Amino acid sequence: MPHTIIEKLWNSHVVEEQPGAPVLLFIDLHLVHEVTSPQAFQGLRERGLRVRRPDLTIATADHSIPTTDRSLPIVDQIAARQLDQLETNCADFGIRCLGVHSSRQGIVHVIGPELGLTQPGMTVVCGDSHTATHGAFGALAFGIGTSEVENVLASQCLLQRKSKTFEVRVEGTLCRGVSAKDIILALIAKIGVGGGTGCVFEYTGSAIRALDMEERMTVCNMSIEGGARGGLIAPDDTTFGYLCGRPHAPKGAAWDAALARWRQLPTDGGAAYDREVTIDAGALEPMITYGTNPGMGMPINAPLPDPAEVSDPMARDSITKALAYMGLEGGKPLAGHSIDVVFIGSCTNSRISDLRAAASVLKGRKVNPKLRVLVVPGSQEVKRQAIAEGLPDIFLAAGCEWRDAGCSMCIAMNGDQLAPGEYSVSTSNRNFEGRQGKGGRTFLASPLTAAASAITGVVTDVRTLL
Amino acid sequence: MKPFTNFRSRLVPLAINNIDTDQIIPARFLKTTTKQGLDRLLFNDWRYDAEGRPRPDFILNQPRVAGAQVLLAGDNFGCGSSREHAPWALTQFGFRAVISTSFADIFTGNSLKNSLLPIAVPPDAHAELFAAVAANPDAAVEIDLAAQTLTTPAGRRVSFPIDAFAKHCLLEGVDELGYILQQEAAIRAYEASHPAPIDTTA
Repeated sequence: MPHTIIEKLWNSHVVEEQPGAPVLLFIDLHLVHEVTSPQAFQGLRERGLRVRRPDLTIATADHSIPTTDRSLPIVDQIAARQLDQLETNCADFGIRCLGVHSSRQGIVHVIGPELGLTQPGMTVVCGDSHTATHGAFGALAFGIGTSEVENVLASQCLLQRKSKTFEVRVEGTLCRGVSAKDIILALIAKIGVGGGTGCVFEYTGSAIRALDMEERMTVCNMSIEGGARGGLIAPDDTTFGYLCGRPHAPKGAAWDAALARWRQLPTDGGAAYDREVTIDAGALEPMITYGTNPGMGMPINAPLPDPAEVSDPMARDSITKALAYMGLEGGKPLAGHSIDVVFIGSCTNSRISDLRAAASVLKGRKVNPKLRVLVVPGSQEVKRQAIAEGLPDIFLAAGCEWRDAGCSMCIAMNGDQLAPGEYSVSTSNRNFEGRQGKGGRTFLASPLTAAASAITGVVTDVRTLL
Repeated sequence: MKPFTNFRSRLVPLAINNIDTDQIIPARFLKTTTKQGLDRLLFNDWRYDAEGRPRPDFILNQPRVAGAQVLLAGDNFGCGSSREHAPWALTQFGFRAVISTSFADIFTGNSLKNSLLPIAVPPDAHAELFAAVAANPDAAVEIDLAAQTLTTPAGRRVSFPIDAFAKHCLLEGVDELGYILQQEAAIRAYEASHPAPIDTTA
């Protein structure tokens, strides 16, 4: 019987299946960070348990870490305590921690792939909903809560029910100025923030195959914003090319054996999905969100939705409430709307190719002087590479701030935040009320769109600057 | 965990779709390293003004909420992040169940592990409950987990789905980890036949 890659990954990780109970699923890689783990370690202590597989577990500090000078003490004492707690917990339980001062520190979903820890055929979990990022390698990767973090630390297993399979087929060729971020924003606008609930996406089609690994990570990263637990892409030569030579990738004969295994992973011809949707890549335009959830997105030159034209009362209320929070008027254009901040970073768009894309627009130009523009690399490795390529010089010459690696203004836990009422074009993944700072108002877009808007000071279609 | 028992409660209506976990508890409060003290942070940015004073028009600040244990919310409740602080804050405030037409996957899993029952009802029952509580703020529902039924203020019994294993754990007051640790032999057998492709400590 033909199987999808999702089913193959599931089947190869079943430890046990007892009647009446969910499947016990083995986890190949567990990523840990400071925010969702302290209570899990506390739980282990209370039960007198150890970490079963430190060799399959790795920690880093990303969410509450400052992106300013790391040689200075951390000003926020609560954040400092949480970061200390991570180091203590990892030391106590024998887990490798790429902490505040590590040369490998970075956003958890940036460093896993970069170190070659994320590999095809794996199950990957983390106490973070953007874990689907790792699905770009043909891994079954999903976010979990703190109780599940404790379960995995203690047993390396999770109790899970099988998700439905959902094929997202993206065919055609992206136009100039349109990127991976626009594909995923278009998908979420089409199916809504609950559209993939209960499902794992498999992204297929010629437009997906044409993406490089970092672009694939951008797409998979926001699967949760479409409601899906996970989202993945079958591995191919692009995947293998990215992995080859990474610190934790297999070497020599082990590499050949792994390649042979990985080539068996793609979905079999004739395998059926529970659900399907198709997107025409050639018809996509740069996307932007206007509202207070990632499903409230549209092509950048479209008019804002008019609540008066929405028939369902609760849906109408949602749009009315969102537009009121955002200080926008239905029916009007969003392009040209004044902004205060641009944020280039996050687990969605902080990798070297994202920074290169932003730099390609900013090179030789100046950002609008009324704006604050933050460029935040995803990891120390991305930062080093950017420096080697001279990208910080371009950002600084343009008038941007070049900061240290972390989640930063995506989640606004570390002091990098919008002031109440401020507007931001952000390359991150969530535009919920207050997400980037209490009262802050977020337009989600690609690094190209963010860079273009940084120059003009208003929401801008990057194609006018190319 | 205490065994989950049947109960009757008034409803706290929050007629908003897609309530995300950043609204349930904003991220800036996630720097805590314990589970305690989250009740006062529940819906913080809707509940308090810029000076930290309770907004009288927000439902959680109204006297009618005292003692109510069921939140009645719009579609797709709990979307967004994986933070288990969301069900911790809800249960510490006093909620034992949330009613919606649907819930985000991670929120569902997190809630069931914290004795917070996510009750997904069909749209007609959902609308009936909002109408009932609009007509009478003291309108109450009865929740019977064993029977998987919710009885509306009008006396209509509505069935709701729940994972059989999660239901067992809730009714017995036990958590998953105890069960998982009993599967030691199976885990060991799996590990023996599946050499790890990586070593993070290397």
